[in-house]
Amino acid sequence: MEVYLFYIVATITVVSGVYLIFEKNPVFGALYLIQTMVSIAVLYILLEAQFVAAVQIIVYAGAIMVLFLFVIMLLNLDIKEEAKNALPFQRIPAILMGIALFTVIGIVIKSKLMQGKHDQYTTAYVNSMGNTKLIGNLLFTEYLLPFEITSILLFVAAIGAIMLAKRKL
Amino acid sequence: MITITHYLILSAILFTLGVVGVLIRRNAIIIFMCIELMLNAVNLSFVAFAHYLNSMQGQLFVFFTMTVAAAEAAVGLAIIVAVFRNKETVNIDDINIMKW
Amino acid sequence: MLNLVALILLFPLIGAAFNGTIGKRLRKENVGYIACGAIGLSFFVSLLVFCGLLLLPPEERLFEKQLFCWIESGSFKSVVGLQVDPLSTLMILVVTGVGFLIHIYSIGYMHHDKGYHRYFCYLNLFTFSMLLLVLSNNFLLMFIGWEAVGLCSYLLIGFWFEKKSASNAAKKAFVVNRVGDFGFALGIMLIFLTFHTIDFTEVLSAASHGNFEAGSFTITIITLLLFMGATGKSAQIPLYTWLPDAMEGPTPVSALIHAATMVTAGVYMIVRCNALYMLSPFTMIVVAGIGAVTALFAASIGLVQNDIKRVLAYSTISQLGYMFLACGVGAFTAGVFHLMTHAFFKALLFLGSGSVIHALSGEQDMRKMGGLRHHIPTTYKTFLVGTVAIAGIPPFAGFFSKDEILLESLVRGNFIYWSIGALAAFFTAFYMFRLLFMTFHGESRLDHHAAEHLHESPRNMTLPLTVLAGLSFFGGFLGIPGASAINHFLSPVLGGHGHTEIPGAASGGHHGAWLPYLMMVVSTAIALGGIFLAYHMYIKKPALPKKLAERFSLIYKLLLNKYYVDEIYDALFVHPTKKISAQILWKLVDVKMIDGSVNGIARLVRGFGNVLRLLQTGYIRNYAFYIVLGCIFIIVFAVFGK
Repeated sequence: MEVYLFYIVATITVVSGVYLIFEKNPVFGALYLIQTMVSIAVLYILLEAQFVAAVQIIVYAGAIMVLFLFVIMLLNLDIKEEAKNALPFQRIPAILMGIALFTVIGIVIKSKLMQGKHDQYTTAYVNSMGNTKLIGNLLFTEYLLPFEITSILLFVAAIGAIMLAKRKL
Repeated sequence: MITITHYLILSAILFTLGVVGVLIRRNAIIIFMCIELMLNAVNLSFVAFAHYLNSMQGQLFVFFTMTVAAAEAAVGLAIIVAVFRNKETVNIDDINIMKW
Repeated sequence: MLNLVALILLFPLIGAAFNGTIGKRLRKENVGYIACGAIGLSFFVSLLVFCGLLLLPPEERLFEKQLFCWIESGSFKSVVGLQVDPLSTLMILVVTGVGFLIHIYSIGYMHHDKGYHRYFCYLNLFTFSMLLLVLSNNFLLMFIGWEAVGLCSYLLIGFWFEKKSASNAAKKAFVVNRVGDFGFALGIMLIFLTFHTIDFTEVLSAASHGNFEAGSFTITIITLLLFMGATGKSAQIPLYTWLPDAMEGPTPVSALIHAATMVTAGVYMIVRCNALYMLSPFTMIVVAGIGAVTALFAASIGLVQNDIKRVLAYSTISQLGYMFLACGVGAFTAGVFHLMTHAFFKALLFLGSGSVIHALSGEQDMRKMGGLRHHIPTTYKTFLVGTVAIAGIPPFAGFFSKDEILLESLVRGNFIYWSIGALAAFFTAFYMFRLLFMTFHGESRLDHHAAEHLHESPRNMTLPLTVLAGLSFFGGFLGIPGASAINHFLSPVLGGHGHTEIPGAASGGHHGAWLPYLMMVVSTAIALGGIFLAYHMYIKKPALPKKLAERFSLIYKLLLNKYYVDEIYDALFVHPTKKISAQILWKLVDVKMIDGSVNGIARLVRGFGNVLRLLQTGYIRNYAFYIVLGCIFIIVFAVFGK
């Protein structure tokens, strides 16, 4: 059951990713990206990361992608935007290089160079406590400082966005 | 049985798609979306590692990555808006003043 | 008290810095007070140091104050230190004393000049440099002082740089001195190579303790190179040509730098290194020979010059020749003694001539003077004292020192030295009284304009004249034969060989006891002869000089044109240098080789850049492409590289 689910969802993810990079209309592109993100959220659930899956849908598919669509609407973009192509000869090499990159990464994965250390949070342990509660505990104890710094980052980003987008200060 | 390798390969495919998208597309907003795709691919591998190593760190890292992505999206889109206001275009081949 | 010695240097330096920076905004009086005050304090401290030295027993009169270590590199070590011994003390007394009087004089003389603060800044800086030169305890520091006085001399000769002749004279002085300084620098390097130290005390004790045999080739080369520096700075043949031109500077400058102090640096240096020079008989012959020839040569030119300052300039060269003659025959005390008395009377003569020029609103040609003695009586009286002193009439200062040099040149040298010196003394007496008579006696040949403004100089100019006249009168008594205070004072520095005991008085030579007295009579007679001739030619029969000039027109022209030395140097050195510079150094080396290589490199870089800029398209996607390519390489290298 899990295996089939994985393959189906993975196929949807890859296909929508491919559509994204070849889609002319930015609005459709954004929709394909939302599709990809939702599929990834499903994969997160398969990996028993329920909290991350929820955040993925709320923050990515919800907030960030709405922002994208909003900007597309605001700028009133259409297909003509990509009329000028200064580097037509880069298309084929770019795709070939993508394949090369994939090959290299695949070799790295296959060679099992990356080995991690097993930790205490087994599925049973996590389930006994609840994924969200565990993450909350960790965020407010062990990872408190990075968490607070994140808030500063968002604050600065908000100021930066206003500074850049405002017509006149 | 689905192993970590499956997830990593999927992650690699998505990442490569993002890279190719950045290299062949000219609409700045699409390029930006491709970058988000690359971030998502990396997130996926984090969660996959976390699951198979019985660790929580991967999930926490994803949490931070999302924050960064959100901040980046806000600033990046603001830049695109500002550029569009000045040059009436989001085609990055028109924005080529890196070489004067 | 000897520890105060650093203050002597400090005061003029502060004065120079003060006037150089904010002097422009100060009132003129204050600028003058600061400059004179600095030198005055310096003079006061010099007196204290002198007293402190006198309190010590003679054999302990050597004090070194090390200020800080300047350079230490391998075995080379240069300490900035000051050396107080009888020789340097005498020099600082002369420099600060005469310098102080000349500063006071300058307040009056330069009163109307717009570069007033600049002038006093340079003058203080000069005093500082000269004191550094005489107080230094090693060759390198002395060389710095040596160069610094050269720089100040350049600045002050070219003080009125708007005048083309003045800036040319400054350049000439600088370039000619460079030739000598080159030799001096080489000499110092050779000293370091030979002795492995440049400290005076160590070098000289190594030299005098017989580590080197007399006549050693290295020592001869060293001393000749050092003497080359001395000929430049002290205006001896063949590098004397800059000094007459240096008269373009303000007259007090000529008095201070080009008569009393800086030009004696060469003599000081040779006396300081007497232990080295004693080791090289050949160099001594060269020194004595050049000194004697210069004395006669310059005096002969001085016979016919018409510019009042130029006569004095040639006289200075001639008197410096005497000092070198004295050093060359080994009579270092006599050289120093003459240096001191010459500083007094030559400063007096220059300041007196400055007073005359001041009175005549800038006229320097003696043919347009005459009969001034009633109009500027103080100047006349003091000038008369100076003239008598330089001519060598007892009991004035010049008599004792010059007589001693002549005596020593006969006793230690030979008859040739003496006869040249005596002839030069005759010339000296003649041209100095010629100057006196042409300027102050006879009929007035003044311009109408100059005659109207004729006035005696203000008090602050006549006072230094009076003091210097007193010194010119009494200075000689320091060196009365047989009871010479200066000889006694200097003996610790000069070892045993500074001075000949008067034959007959103590050791006895092959000359009898009558010789010194005979010499006195002879030199007085020579001087009187010169004076009488001048009197005869310029007072009794004023038409005679013209007749003689026509009669011996060839010699007259030769002398008037200074033996055409300047022209010869021009043809031999200046023009070829200019030509080589223009044709080879400029058009070939500079334009073709240096510019060519620089431009060639630039062109090469531009060519590369033109190729490389093709990579820089300015398109972001292009850059991203390279980034990804780089990433792939990095991954491949990281994974498979091992």
